[in-house]
Amino acid sequence: MHDVYQFVSGPLAWVAFLLFIGGSLYRIIAMLAEVKEKEPFIFTYMSLKYSLRSILHWITPFATYNWRRNPVLTVVTFVFHICLFACPIFLLAHVTLWDEAWDIRWWTLPDAVADVMTVIVIACCLFFLIRRVTQREVKFVTYPSDYVILGIVAAPFLTGFLAYHQWFTYPVFMILHVLAGEVMLAAIPFTRLSHMLFSPFTRAYMGSEFGVIRKSKDY
Amino acid sequence: MAEPAVTQDQEKEEEQKVVDDGIDVGISRLTTDKIETVINQVLKTETGARLKTYVNTCIHCGLCSEACHYYMSHDKDPKWSPVGKVKQTIWEMIRKKGRLAPEEIRRVVEIAHTECNLCRRCLQFCPFGIDIAYLISMARRICHKLGVTPKYIQDTAHSHSVSMNQMWVKGDEWPDTLQWQEEEARGEFPTLRIPLEKEGADIMYSVIAPEPKFQAQLIYQAAAIMETAGVNWTMPADKGWDNSDMAMFTGDNEIMGRIKRSHFETAVRLRVKRIVMGECGHAFRSVYDTGNRWLGWSHPPIPIVHAIDFYYELLKENRIPIKEKFKEPVTLHDPCNVIRGGGLMEKSRYVAHALCDTVVEMHPNREYNYCCCAGGGVINCGPPYKLKRVKSNKVKAEQLMEARTRGAKVIISPCHNCHSGLKDIKNYYDLHMDIKFFGDIIYQIMEKPE
Repeated sequence: MHDVYQFVSGPLAWVAFLLFIGGSLYRIIAMLAEVKEKEPFIFTYMSLKYSLRSILHWITPFATYNWRRNPVLTVVTFVFHICLFACPIFLLAHVTLWDEAWDIRWWTLPDAVADVMTVIVIACCLFFLIRRVTQREVKFVTYPSDYVILGIVAAPFLTGFLAYHQWFTYPVFMILHVLAGEVMLAAIPFTRLSHMLFSPFTRAYMGSEFGVIRKSKDY
Repeated sequence: MAEPAVTQDQEKEEEQKVVDDGIDVGISRLTTDKIETVINQVLKTETGARLKTYVNTCIHCGLCSEACHYYMSHDKDPKWSPVGKVKQTIWEMIRKKGRLAPEEIRRVVEIAHTECNLCRRCLQFCPFGIDIAYLISMARRICHKLGVTPKYIQDTAHSHSVSMNQMWVKGDEWPDTLQWQEEEARGEFPTLRIPLEKEGADIMYSVIAPEPKFQAQLIYQAAAIMETAGVNWTMPADKGWDNSDMAMFTGDNEIMGRIKRSHFETAVRLRVKRIVMGECGHAFRSVYDTGNRWLGWSHPPIPIVHAIDFYYELLKENRIPIKEKFKEPVTLHDPCNVIRGGGLMEKSRYVAHALCDTVVEMHPNREYNYCCCAGGGVINCGPPYKLKRVKSNKVKAEQLMEARTRGAKVIISPCHNCHSGLKDIKNYYDLHMDIKFFGDIIYQIMEKPE
């Protein structure tokens, strides 16, 4: 068991981070290169002011027409994404690992808060799952891959929660947790989780088109 | 809203019995191999990172759905939602690597041409800013290259190609019509001219071909306004006078380029300072946003001024003396291509308030207004789809009805497609409202020679 843990938290972690960072850079650079080759006009319209106007509106809860129209989903979406990022980055156990391996450390969340955030992420995933199954307009455009990516996101939090509370066999869940986290990281550039990488670009372009050409709001 | 005269069963039957040679004959000539070749050719050579990124970034959340009047008018049936329509077209093409059966192309062409107006309201609803209208346009482009386009709109594209105008207006009919309107108008405005080919005029006034074809009074009114405001204007006597562009909506980008080039070059030949266009939305999109870019101009090579903007200027400078403001309460429809696509919402309101006593806002309004369901080439697909078109905009009827309950009697619609679309809607849903252009109202209330 210890060897397995050593393996997943050692070489596999390297692979996961390499895939995540390398893959993300590759996807973004490949996209920009293709724009330059085939649709360079897009760069002509890019405007920092309108890109930021668009991005800032959409990353602020209730700042857009559609966020205001869907208050429950808006709250869930924002809470979900904030917890999804903040919890693993500022978790004491994670920062300790960075500290031990690289001698770098930063501010951490109290464990109790991180615990609640974990539950929130899992609950939000359930909300998205239920929404996908019950809302006709979502169900109609749902593919098996949508459940897979939801599972990929939920898994590290679910296993982390179980490992932290040591409710079942701790070592097994610890290994599963590390694995699940690695799968998620590696999946970001290569699945539709890549909206994390691409959404600032698509948002910026739409914001620029609406600001520069259409002179109206895209939010 | 009274119940329509025909029964629902009759309507259902009529809706399903669409016969369209442009589609039926086109489909009969297709094979899966040919479809595969064309789809992959368009997806590989004509699209790039943009389409790929849009498809890969969409997380299938469905948040665009309620932007769409089709979706809202069909009891929120997901097959009408923007993402639902992308799923049934572009996603299918990608998923099947282009190997669609001919009958599957029938569904694609129906969706792309008659179930989406490219109004771009869903663009404002998507958290990622995915350009759904662009994706549907690409589906139309593929249908065009497969030779499957609804017959009526294909006929207008043919007309553009042959005559450089949308309505097969022949060479001599154009100056004849202008001369006829000039003569008519001189009964009322003795010094009025419709100056043809006047080099160095400030403004070239361009219209869409339906105006000379069957709405010549609009040219009369425009001339009356130009005369009253003392504008130094001209119209071309030859090709290039038509600013409309149905080729843009059939995916025939090559013809779109030809007709826009002709329009711009005519303005350059006449050495005018600006092009002022009549109250048309899609033409504005073509001249201001789409056609110029196809030709490689990042912005129009000559300033393009839509009628709303032009009237705003004239009214602001007090160049149109008003006898008495328009009495009946009006409501203002915001056409997608000039409001969401051109930002003229506040100028449109300035004009409305300058002309009318009472302006009742419909809700939602400005860039969030609901589409008329006629634009984007949908009304141009002709009578076979009229019933689907009006039934697919129940939500607009409700929006107008709500404005009517707050007193609005007249709808101002500064766009030709909206005008025709809203007229069908008010008739079908028995709304008892009148529809006018800004030009109609200005002509009616301005001071005229005794």
